Amino acid sequence: MNVLEVRGLGVDYQSATGAVHAVADVSLDLRRGELLGLAGESGSGKTTLANAVARLLRPPAAITSGSVRYRRRDGTEADVLALGPKQLRAFRWKELAVVFQSAMNSLNPVATIGAQIDDVLRIHAPGMSRKARAERAAELLRRVGINADRRRGYPHELSGGMRQRAAIAIALALNPEIIIMDEPTTALDVVVQRDILHEIGDLREEYGFAVVFITHDLSLLMEISDRIAVMYAGRVVEVGTARALRTAPRHPYTEGLLRSFPRLRGPREELLGIPGTPPDLRSPPSGCAFHPRCRYAFDGCSDQRPELRPVPGGEVACLLNEGTGADTVREAS
Amino acid sequence: MKIKIGAGILAFFALAAILGPLLIDADPAATGDAGLQGPSAAHWLGTTQTGQDVLVQLVYGARVSLGVGVLSAVIATLLAIVVGLVGGYFGGAVDEVLSVLTNIFLVLPALPLIIVLAGYLPQRGVASVAVVIAVTGWAWGARVLRAQTLSVRRRDFVEAARAGGEGAFRVVFFEILPVLLPVIATSFLATVVAAILAEAGLSFLGLADLSTVSWGSMLYFAQNGQALLIGAWWWFIPPGLCIALIGTGLALVNFGIDEIANPRLRTVKPVKPVKGVKPPREGKVKA
Amino acid sequence: MRFLLRRLGFYLLTAWAAVTLNFLIPRLMPGDPVDLLVARLKGNVDPAAIDAMKRAFGISDANLWQQYVDYLGNLAQGELGRSITFFPTEVSTVIAGSLPWTIGVVGVATLISYVAGTALGVLMAWKRGTWLDGVLPAATFMHAVPYFWVALALVFVFGVTLEWFPVSRAYALDVVPGFTGEFAGSVLYHAALPAITIVLASMADRILGMRNVMVTTLGEDYVVMAEAKGLTSRRVMWAYAARNAILPNITSFALSLGFVVGGSVLTEIVFSYPGIGSMLLKGVENEDFPLMQGIFLVISLAVLVANFLADLAYVILDPRTRQ
Repeated sequence: MNVLEVRGLGVDYQSATGAVHAVADVSLDLRRGELLGLAGESGSGKTTLANAVARLLRPPAAITSGSVRYRRRDGTEADVLALGPKQLRAFRWKELAVVFQSAMNSLNPVATIGAQIDDVLRIHAPGMSRKARAERAAELLRRVGINADRRRGYPHELSGGMRQRAAIAIALALNPEIIIMDEPTTALDVVVQRDILHEIGDLREEYGFAVVFITHDLSLLMEISDRIAVMYAGRVVEVGTARALRTAPRHPYTEGLLRSFPRLRGPREELLGIPGTPPDLRSPPSGCAFHPRCRYAFDGCSDQRPELRPVPGGEVACLLNEGTGADTVREAS
Repeated sequence: MKIKIGAGILAFFALAAILGPLLIDADPAATGDAGLQGPSAAHWLGTTQTGQDVLVQLVYGARVSLGVGVLSAVIATLLAIVVGLVGGYFGGAVDEVLSVLTNIFLVLPALPLIIVLAGYLPQRGVASVAVVIAVTGWAWGARVLRAQTLSVRRRDFVEAARAGGEGAFRVVFFEILPVLLPVIATSFLATVVAAILAEAGLSFLGLADLSTVSWGSMLYFAQNGQALLIGAWWWFIPPGLCIALIGTGLALVNFGIDEIANPRLRTVKPVKPVKGVKPPREGKVKA
Repeated sequence: MRFLLRRLGFYLLTAWAAVTLNFLIPRLMPGDPVDLLVARLKGNVDPAAIDAMKRAFGISDANLWQQYVDYLGNLAQGELGRSITFFPTEVSTVIAGSLPWTIGVVGVATLISYVAGTALGVLMAWKRGTWLDGVLPAATFMHAVPYFWVALALVFVFGVTLEWFPVSRAYALDVVPGFTGEFAGSVLYHAALPAITIVLASMADRILGMRNVMVTTLGEDYVVMAEAKGLTSRRVMWAYAARNAILPNITSFALSLGFVVGGSVLTEIVFSYPGIGSMLLKGVENEDFPLMQGIFLVISLAVLVANFLADLAYVILDPRTRQ
C-alpha cells in the first residue's frame, strides 16, 4: 500500500547556459510505514527530489514534468503538485514533515525550541488551548529524549545531537504520515548518530510514519532501511530491498558504492571505489550517464539509455540486466 | 550588466572632468549681463545670478569635485591599507589598538569633525580640504581590509612565503596586498563618492575654497543667491544630480560585484512552466 | 551582558577620544587659535571674549598636561566655554536651546526612515520579480544623493512652487510658543519638509541594506523549514526571515547614524531650522570655534548614545548575545 507515488518527475535548474536536469524521469513509491533509503553522491539529485515532493523548490529550480500522488489512510488521494496554497499548507507538516540536514541551520536561531513547536500547533490545530500546546511541546521533547524544560531554550544552547532531536520533535508535532530526513545524522559524531537512529526506529514503530532517509552513506542505509533507492545523475538507477542490494547489487554503481568501504561482516573483498567524478549535469554523457565510470561498460552503454526494469527484489536500470540473463553484476563480469 | 552601466557612468564623469574643460574653452567664473536666464541655445543650462554659464561651471566644477574626491580617497585608502593590513596581519596588541582606533573613527560623525577641522585651516585650498576629508574617511576601508587580511593570512601561499623566510613587510605588501586589490578598488571608489559628498557639504557651508568652482560651491551660491525663491531650478539641480549620478554609478558597480559573489541577490526572471505542470503558487520567491 | 559591557566600555573610550580630539585640534592646527581668531576678526573682538575663549580651551602658560587636566575639569562641569557669536552666552546654553529641535526632527525622521525602509526592503526581497523591483533603481539613485540637495529640491517644489509647506523656521511667527494645539500644529507643519528630506535621503540605505540581507536570509534552512511547516507566508516572512535579517541591519544602521546626522545638519541649514545645524552654520560664519567644537562634542555624544541604544535593541532581539 503506497502512501506516495512519484511518476516521471523531472526538475530543471534554469541557468544562463541552459537548463540543468537535476532530476529526470524519476518514478518511485513510498510504502506506508516503511523506511526508504535514498542514496547517491552529492549532486545526484537526492535533495532536489525530496524538495520537489515537498514542493519546496525555488527558482531557478522548477518541476517540469511528472506527478506526485499522496494517498491518505481513508483511501482518498491528492495530487501534490496541484495543491492550492491552502491545501498545500495543510499537506505540509500534517501529512509530510521534513528534518533538514543541519539542525543548527534549520532551527530559527532567535526563537525558543518551544515556540518553534508551538507555531506549528497554533496554525494546524487551532482548537488547542495555549496550555494544551505547551503540554504537547513538552511531551514531544520528552519523547525524543530532551528535558521538557529545554523548550524555553534557544537552539544555540543545545548540543548538535540535541538540536537534531529537537528538529525531529518538531517533525513529529502533528503525527505526519511521511517524514523526509535529509542527511539528519551526517553532521553528528558516531555515538550520537547511533542514538538518534535508534530513536527514529522506536518512534516509527510507535507512530507508524514512513521515512524517506537521504544520505550518501549506503552502509548506514543497509542497516536501517526497508528498501533503498540509488540515484545517479538525477535518475534512480536501482531500487530494491536492503537485503537484495546488500547481497546482490545489480547496478555497477551500487556495487561501487558498496565496495567503497570495508564490510564489517562476511568475507573480505577488494575495495573497488568508483573511478572518475560525477558527471556535469549540463551536458550529461549520452546513453547511460554512468558509462564513463563503469567497469563493465560495453558499446551499447554510450548510446542506449537503460530503463528501470523489474528484477527479483527490486528494479534496476542497467543494460547488463537486459537480455543478458545475468542476475547480478558480478556474475555478468 | 549593472557593472557595465555603472562603470559607464563613472567613466563618463571622469572623462568630462579631464577633457571637458579642454573642449569648452570658457572661464567658469566669467560673469555676463544676462543673469538668471533659463536654459537656452546660448546657455544650455541657463545662467546664474551674475550671468555665469551653469554648464561651463558644471564641467569645470567636475574637475574640482572629482579631484578632491580622488585625492582624498587616495590618501584615505593608503591609510586604510596600512592600518587594515598591519592590524590584520600582525594581530595581537597591535591589532587591538588599530581596531579600536578604526572603530572610533567609524562611529564618530565625520561631517561635524570635518567642519571643525576645516574651520581651523589657515587657508582652505583643494589639497588641504582633501586631507581633512581623508583624515575622517579611512576607517571603513581599514575595517574591510582588516577582515580580508585575516582570512588571506591563513591561505597556503602566505604560509609558504612566511615559512620561506620572507620578511613581514614583504609578505604584507607583496604577497597579501595584490590579492586584496579588488577589495581595495571597491573601497577606493566608495571613498571617492563619500569624499565628493563631504566636499559638497563643506562648500555648501562656505567652508571650502569658494573662489574655485566646484559642485558644492555652485550649490552654495545657488542657495545664497536665492535660486530657490526665484525658481532658478537649472542652477541648483544639475550639480546635485551629478553627485547623485556618480553615487549611482558606483553603487551599480558594487551591486554587480555583490551579485557575482552572491547569485541569490540577482533579480529573478520568471521560470516558464513546462508541460502543463503548474509552478508552485505559494513560493516565497515568487517567480 | 558581557557584550553590553564591552560595548559600553568602547563608547566611553570613544567619548574620551572625541573629548581629547577636541582638546588637541586647536593645538595641532597651525597657529594659535586665539591669535587666529583675533587676526581673522581684525582685532575687532571683545577682549572679554578672548579671555573666555582662552579659559574654555584651557589655554594658559601652564604645560600641556595641566591644560588638559583643566580642560577636562571644565568639561566635567558642563563648561564648554562662551560663544563668540552670542557673547557672553555660554555655548552650553546655545546648544541646549537648539538641541531639542534637532533631536525632535532628526530623531523622528530617522525612526520613520528606519522602520519604513526596513519594511520596504523586506517586502522587496520577498516579492522579487514583481513590480516592487522597480523601487531598486530609485533607491540606488537616492542612496548617494546629498541631503541638502534633496532639501533644496523639496523647498523648490513644495515650498516655493506649490506653496504647500513653509520653507523656514520651526513655527509660524504669529504663534506663541506654549502647550497649545495651535503651537503644536505649527511646529509639526514646519517640521514636515525637513523631516521628509531626511526620510527620503536616508531611507535608500535601509531599503538596499535590508533587501540584500533578507535575500540571503531567505535561502537559509530555517526559512525553508518554516515554509515546509505550512506556516502562512506572512509568518514565514516576518517571524523567520525578517526577524533574523534585521540583526545585521541594526549594526549597519548604527554605523550610518553619523552620516545621517551630518546630512541632517546641512538639511537644517536649507530650512533655516533653529537646530544644531543652523547653530553650526552661525559658528562657521563667525569663526566661533567654541561653538563649533561644542557642537561637535554634543553631536558625537548623541551618536554614541544612539549607538548604545542600537546595541540594546540588538541584545533584546538576539538571544545569542545574552550570556
